[in-house]
Amino acid sequence: MGLKLDQKHLDAIRRHGAKDYPAECCGVLLGLDAEGVKRVRDVVPLKNLRHDRMRAEALLPLGAPERESERNRFLIDRAEIRRVEEAARSRGLDIVGYYHSHPDHPARPSDYDREHAWPWLSYVIIRVQAGEPCEHSSWVLADDRLSFRSEEVEVVGGEPGEKISTDARSQRRHPSR
Amino acid sequence: MGVKVIIPTPLRQYVGKQDAVTINASTVAEALSGLTVQYEALRKHLYTDEGKLRSFVNIYLNDEDIRYLQKDQTPLKDDDIISIVPSIAGGLNLRCICR
Ligand SMILES: [Zn+2]
Repeated sequence: MGLKLDQKHLDAIRRHGAKDYPAECCGVLLGLDAEGVKRVRDVVPLKNLRHDRMRAEALLPLGAPERESERNRFLIDRAEIRRVEEAARSRGLDIVGYYHSHPDHPARPSDYDREHAWPWLSYVIIRVQAGEPCEHSSWVLADDRLSFRSEEVEVVGGEPGEKISTDARSQRRHPSR
Repeated sequence: MGVKVIIPTPLRQYVGKQDAVTINASTVAEALSGLTVQYEALRKHLYTDEGKLRSFVNIYLNDEDIRYLQKDQTPLKDDDIISIVPSIAGGLNLRCICR
């Protein structure tokens, strides 16, 4: 098992995490599975439906709504997933995983992550600390649903972008852009 | 004859790598129970230990979410297509001992 992505894909995830801080961001990883290694070909940012309380609650009710919001929960609409999947198929790609951010929390899956996970998919988590993207990790649900297994993430090509966090900071200063 | 159940990529490993399974059933509930009897390993990913469909599992009949039809009692006819569509959710531990 493993996940292989380009530096530009990782940069896109980091940028999205910084942009949406202090809310959680989420998105999808498109690619192909080759002998147990998922090769990412595209990363698509998606809407965290938890910003839309009514619709999110109708789709997947929260256990403790007074303590849960877009700052500690994300949800991707199933209709959005159908749309993305169809578009991916037409390009000969598949959904191989999802990413989301942990604002001011370590890049380790929560119980909530595990309870809502699907097998086989890669779940990439990025910590965003005080608005700055930090470490990432990737996880796959075990068949018995009792644990997440950490998987190796190989980042190919390019230099890790110092520029990324600068861009993200300036975007936050001008939220109307 | 029967209905076709489209299996999403993450669950194909439990149905012999097929992307669809044909089931004879007259309601959505029957189709899903038929599917999980035939492919036992699917069950815990679709149902809770209490036997309820998991909250993040959505079932579509043709192009309609069954929650807007008659839920799992929605009747089926031959050549209907059932899709299992994930909602993807996650978050943080609410009480985190973060350091
Ligand atoms: Zn999480």
